[in-house]
Amino acid sequence: MSACLDIRGLSAVLPNGQRVLRSVSLSVQPGEVRALVGESGAGKTMIGKAVLGVLPKSVRIVEGEMLIEGEDLGRLDPKARRTLIGARTALIPQDPLTALNPSRRIGPQMTDRLVRILGWSTETADQRIRQLLDEVQIRDPERVLKSYPHELSGGMRQRVLIAAAFAAEPRLIVADEPTTALDVTVQKQILRLIAQLQRDHGTAILFVTHDLGVVAKISQKVSVLYAGKVVEEADSSALFANPQHPYTRALMAATPRYTDPFASLKPVDESVLAGLAAEIAAADQAWRPGHG
Amino acid sequence: MDEANVARRGLSPRLWLAGGWLLLALLAAIFAPLIAPQDPLAQDLMLERLPPFWLDGAEPGYWLGTDSLGRDLLSRLIFGGRIAFIVAFAAATSACLLGSALGLIAGYFGGWPDRIISRIVDVWMAFPPVLFAILLVAVLGTGLSSVILAIAIIDWTRFCRVIRAEAMSQARMDYVESARIAGYGRVGIMLREVLPNVLPSVVALLSLEMGIAVIVEAILSFVNLSISTDDPTWGSIIAEGRLSIHQAWWVLVFPLITLILTVLSFTQFGEALKARFDPVLR
Ligand SMILES: Nc1ncnc2c1ncn2[C@@H]1O[C@H](COP(=O)(O)OP(=O)(O)O)[C@@H](O)[C@H]1O
Ligand SMILES: [Mg+2]
Repeated sequence: MSACLDIRGLSAVLPNGQRVLRSVSLSVQPGEVRALVGESGAGKTMIGKAVLGVLPKSVRIVEGEMLIEGEDLGRLDPKARRTLIGARTALIPQDPLTALNPSRRIGPQMTDRLVRILGWSTETADQRIRQLLDEVQIRDPERVLKSYPHELSGGMRQRVLIAAAFAAEPRLIVADEPTTALDVTVQKQILRLIAQLQRDHGTAILFVTHDLGVVAKISQKVSVLYAGKVVEEADSSALFANPQHPYTRALMAATPRYTDPFASLKPVDESVLAGLAAEIAAADQAWRPGHG
Repeated sequence: MDEANVARRGLSPRLWLAGGWLLLALLAAIFAPLIAPQDPLAQDLMLERLPPFWLDGAEPGYWLGTDSLGRDLLSRLIFGGRIAFIVAFAAATSACLLGSALGLIAGYFGGWPDRIISRIVDVWMAFPPVLFAILLVAVLGTGLSSVILAIAIIDWTRFCRVIRAEAMSQARMDYVESARIAGYGRVGIMLREVLPNVLPSVVALLSLEMGIAVIVEAILSFVNLSISTDDPTWGSIIAEGRLSIHQAWWVLVFPLITLILTVLSFTQFGEALKARFDPVLR
């Protein structure tokens, strides 16, 4: 059985030649949650955007392959690629406010995609959306469906987006820091919901986060990203029991709940970062696209 | 929340005052032949420079007095409104359609369409607008349609610039990216996702532009470059009123008040509509 998502040696550069992704390889098996963890600016969002075909124009992929259920995105023409991505993937975004169109009511906004892109009948789409709203524990679907996004709380908006992401039964969901923009009190509920729906639907998730605490709760596999490079890859339990890479250890040390929950948040150890920077600079020196 | 909204919307005095005046003026213009107390072109030297109704020497039936040729001022203002509204609607709508369409394309697509359109706008805006208008009318010939065309040709840039900026900021929003991921085409996203979000600004600008068109038409007829001098227009009435300011101030003051009220109403109405249309402000 082929992986749900398979990224092989993906490198991407900015117009000034700076590398944002450095031969990234990672895979997500069907029904599995893979966490992609790293500090802000590591390139987590870039990887998600690359998979979903929405990289900014300034970012260019220079090598590597991305396969969704065995289909190589690079070998498809743009239209077929869009269709494939549209049918098999979905995104749970970071900011639930800007991810909803402010001038359209939630109901039409959610059914529109099922009807216009996937060709469902209006009734089927409507039923489906109501079922999903129920699954994300929205108690008053009538009100929500009639609301504009700004009339809902952040947590409600994220529930709506989770429902929308699962509605068409995608094989893969990219969740890009789906709880970061929310109140702390709501974060846990949302995380639990995503885990619940993931189990019920058997959907594979690439779960992007900067929070190791979240990783422990939701994922079976982890990839640790630093400066666009995967520095460690492991089963989640193995990673916490026995982190291999110095950067992973430093990241854990910087996450208070794994050492002393009352300690203030420490920055990742300077000397570890300096060592990594030197290592990456040396690799960049030697690197040429196609030979990395 | 809903109740508060309804209350706030129902009580927007700006919307009702401005809309009320515009509706009144519009209806008067449409039904001018039925409403106007006198023939706006009928001269009567026995009735010249009659004062408005509350002053000594006023004649019944000539509510706002007469001009130096004995023509009824109120009737002339009512008929003048016809041309003002025709120009306002036709010119502003044309400028709006052209400018908003180009602005939407430039802002949403960016890249070379944006570079070409923005360059044209820059060149366009280098011309001083009033000179540009006079020049255009001189080239196109006087007449209602050339006045409309001139205003549209000059003022589409106003729409283009604003809508481009708004479309550009909308295009960066995550909902546009989500639509891409879901598989919508670019043109579809532009029309179905981005356009509704810039529409409140389009409406506000459209109303503002109608006010501007009324002024520009008045200026052009003031300098005698608009339509034939027989038909009364607010600008030509003001021009005549200026000549007889010392004998009959009302011939200048009433058309000025009418003009200012109308222009103000258009701008206020636009702002109020925008606030009402915009789901986030609402
Ligand atoms: N639109 C863009 N154009 C060019 N570079 C960008 C753009 N967005 C982000 N970057 C750069 O790419 C790198 C990775 O960013 P990102 O994937 O957003 O990080 P993360 O999601 O891990 O916080 C950062 O160094 C950032 O400065
Ligand atoms: Mg990010």
